[in-house]
Amino acid sequence: MYTEKVMDHFSNPRNVGDIKDADGVGEVGNAKCGDIMRIYLKVDNNDVITDVKFKTFGCGAAIATSSMVTEMVKGKKLDEALEISNQAVAEALGGLPPAKMHCSNLAADALHEAIKDYITKKGK
Amino acid sequence: MKRIYFDHSATTPVDKNVATSVLEYMTDKFGNASSIHSFGREARRAVEESREKVAALIGATPNEIFFTSGGTEGDNLAIKGVAFANRKKGNHIITSAIEHHAVLHTCDYLEKHGFQITYLPVDEYGMIRLEDLKNAVTDKTILISIMFANNEVGTIQPVKEIGAFAKERGIYFHTDAVQAAGNYPIDVKADNIDLLTMSGHKFYAPKGIGALYIRRGVRIESIQHGGAHERNLRAGTENVPGIVGLGLASEIAKNEMNNRVERISKLRDKIISEVSSNIPHTKLNGHPKLRLPGNVNFSFLYLEGESLLLNLDMKGIGASSGSACTSGSLDPSHVLLAMGLTHEVAHGSLRISLGHDNTEEEVDYFLEVLPEIIDRLRAMSPLYGESAELKPANPCSNCHVH
Repeated sequence: MYTEKVMDHFSNPRNVGDIKDADGVGEVGNAKCGDIMRIYLKVDNNDVITDVKFKTFGCGAAIATSSMVTEMVKGKKLDEALEISNQAVAEALGGLPPAKMHCSNLAADALHEAIKDYITKKGK
Repeated sequence: MKRIYFDHSATTPVDKNVATSVLEYMTDKFGNASSIHSFGREARRAVEESREKVAALIGATPNEIFFTSGGTEGDNLAIKGVAFANRKKGNHIITSAIEHHAVLHTCDYLEKHGFQITYLPVDEYGMIRLEDLKNAVTDKTILISIMFANNEVGTIQPVKEIGAFAKERGIYFHTDAVQAAGNYPIDVKADNIDLLTMSGHKFYAPKGIGALYIRRGVRIESIQHGGAHERNLRAGTENVPGIVGLGLASEIAKNEMNNRVERISKLRDKIISEVSSNIPHTKLNGHPKLRLPGNVNFSFLYLEGESLLLNLDMKGIGASSGSACTSGSLDPSHVLLAMGLTHEVAHGSLRISLGHDNTEEEVDYFLEVLPEIIDRLRAMSPLYGESAELKPANPCSNCHVH
């Protein structure tokens, strides 16, 4: 039911973990739904994302999309990162089963929350 | 990679000898059991011999066994058939909150047709309380339908007590025994069961065959109309190969019952005890003692069931979960929620269902790989350890359901 790419990101997730002195942290979902995704960002003075980590509680799709989104944004500028949608993450994984498009495909939302958190902290 | 099957509550492999006889009745002995010629008589004889074997498995007489296509049809026939045939007597049915959907959705359907349904709650072990049952009965109650053993958590209901009470009150008692039949001893006479649903593929017969036991004298009407098959109750050409398979599987199950129950229970108890003592933050779901011999059900806190299943699958192990992702909806198992588990805990459930083909080596391998999988998923989880101190900043942004 999952594509090879989803299974690859699920079994070897990229950038798992946390960043102690993160510049921005974003979290979406709740345990009741069965999915929580948290993204940590390090951002340099030029608004470039230099490091990104995630922690996720959830199904295969939740873990794979979290991993995928971290890979997609590393080295990107914040305004580019803000353009990444949940849909784009799913497409980068070769698609998700229809049932997973709703609840488990929130990784880009978590990323956007982390960026918002960074902007708020910076007072920009 | 060696594959290990721990999902016998979903389905079982067909016994090799059963498969051989099924094939024989598809190819050489293919007759229609209703035909008058020798081909038909040969099929008819096989059907009636199977009926005897199925009856013997549950302590019934052969004329009380009606072949069906499986558990769902059996539940539909039992509940709708009794409801419509006894409508003049009353319109109230009592069932439980943890029944299979074949029972629950049949009851939903009857509610739309003027019946009233009481859904009994269950305790933390998934057991109904007899007082609740007694309090629920009205003078309009015509049927009590309570499952023999639960498919997810394995809890065995107080069937004998329910049967005795139903008999005393003159109410029909149906039990969905799809998980229990062939895997656990059943005596319909001793337990005063009026109707009992069974399904072949849960005990080493093929899919698409089952039987409904209906005690002689029970008022029931057919819900599928056509020819005069199964004594006018269940129209449709008999699935002779399936019936032959069900009969042989029943005979084997009866002969092997004690051995299998003893051996499988030992494997179950080993898993329960090792997991309980070696993996922190776990909860055994279901009754500690009164459970199906092959059923193990744990919730592992801070992780989600589907990702656990996928990880086990990568190690060659096939199991199941009550998480939303595997229930086909956005909610986790209705059984676990009815037992009082929170959504979070229900999402992290794992069901292992053992069969007689499982070995102690397989159990040991599972016990070896499980802790590292749990550790890995928990290490990734924002709910676990140090990172759990951060509180969710915002609720689920897309979830309209909860």
